Amino acid sequence: MTTALEIASAVRDPELPVLTLADLGVLRDVSEADGRVVVTITPTYSGCPAIDEMGADLRRSLTSAGYSEVEVRLSLSPAWTTDWISDEGRSKLAAAGIAPPSRVGPSVAGPVPLNLVPPSRQVACPQCGSPNTSEISRFGSTACKALRRCNACAEPFEHVKEI
Amino acid sequence: MSFDNAYESLLGHEDAHWAFGTGFSEALSGVNREFPADVDKDALAAYCLMLGDDALIFSQRLAEWCSRAPELEEDIALANIALDLLGQARMLLTRAGEVLGKSEDELAYLRDEREFRNVHLAEIDCGPGPGGDFGTTIARLLVFSSWRLALFSRLAPSPFWAGSADPVLAAIAEKGLKELAYHRDHAAQWTVRLGDGTDESHRRVQAGLERVWPFVDELFATHAVETRLPGVAVDPASVKSEVDGVLDAVLSAAGLTRPADTRAARVAGMAGRDGVHTEAMGYLLAEMQHLHRSLPGAVW
Repeated sequence: MTTALEIASAVRDPELPVLTLADLGVLRDVSEADGRVVVTITPTYSGCPAIDEMGADLRRSLTSAGYSEVEVRLSLSPAWTTDWISDEGRSKLAAAGIAPPSRVGPSVAGPVPLNLVPPSRQVACPQCGSPNTSEISRFGSTACKALRRCNACAEPFEHVKEI
Repeated sequence: MSFDNAYESLLGHEDAHWAFGTGFSEALSGVNREFPADVDKDALAAYCLMLGDDALIFSQRLAEWCSRAPELEEDIALANIALDLLGQARMLLTRAGEVLGKSEDELAYLRDEREFRNVHLAEIDCGPGPGGDFGTTIARLLVFSSWRLALFSRLAPSPFWAGSADPVLAAIAEKGLKELAYHRDHAAQWTVRLGDGTDESHRRVQAGLERVWPFVDELFATHAVETRLPGVAVDPASVKSEVDGVLDAVLSAAGLTRPADTRAARVAGMAGRDGVHTEAMGYLLAEMQHLHRSLPGAVW
């Protein structure tokens, strides 16, 4: 029988449907006891409207697999960052034409440093692979994405921005 | 079956998969929300209202720019920043509402002007309507996000600061920290672009700074509610030198002049934190609350 963890891990993100919630790193815990399942997820951004859909999708998938009692809980800490996106998730994003974020690492302690110029990150074009790309917009179609353009093949593309 | 785009092919025709559902579940659903034993709950609720109202009211102001910004990318940027702040507001109002016995919607839509606790900087009208200007909005965003980022970096647990003794407030701050850093950097980069741009853009962002500067004093004035919450709240006076340093660095890079310190008029010593607001607030609330008050219980 498929476990609740396997079912929850396979649920896709509503806004980045190439990724599962597990790939995205928002699935924090799945516990199962006496047919009752408790799933814990964390939001990507404070205002991300997809969080409700994630909960609904989890409930729907688990219910249709025979789990009659499903509870979805929210967890805020530790806060999600793009470093939670798995290596598999990064490959899937790139394959779908969305540039994955680079690894940021733990933030420095103390006052948050100011960036007066956009940090110069090497974001490779997901279409042609050229590292020669530039940012069009720091914000994109969803809270987690920015918009870039490839200077080699001239294609615009989305980039899951590092946070 | 043929599909027009990749998303459709993945999802088939199940509309339920789209993230445009109707109604929203509670903002802190399933988060452990016990109150620490030694915390003054009434003061904590008042403090969450202060921080929540700052985000809610400024979010409303930023959303007014949607479709009115100087370029499409900036429409999206200001709306995204507004969305982050709205998310922070929902969680903070929910936390306050647990003590007050009210839902986030009741707090957002059914309070009158004197019950709002946001600072004046969040509510003043900087456009896009008459008398407003994009340069002023950027100046306000720079000041607001630099200040809020400094507060949230102390409320969030870190190896550097203890963080708030209220675990829910600490978690909300930890969540919002990176969002605010991104907002501040966005405003800082625009300030440099405008200040170091043409004579016209320089003039307008400098005028924007002059417009918002009288409202800066209130941001760092310690309020009685903060005094009642040692270890839970941050004394805003304690972040002033850090924020000053950030603002000076941005203004210097942008070739702009820091306005002289002035203070907007108060009423018997009271301002936004005490529920005394500027003329702009009533108009803002009329628009924000109209639908919910006309059609009580309406959901999207």
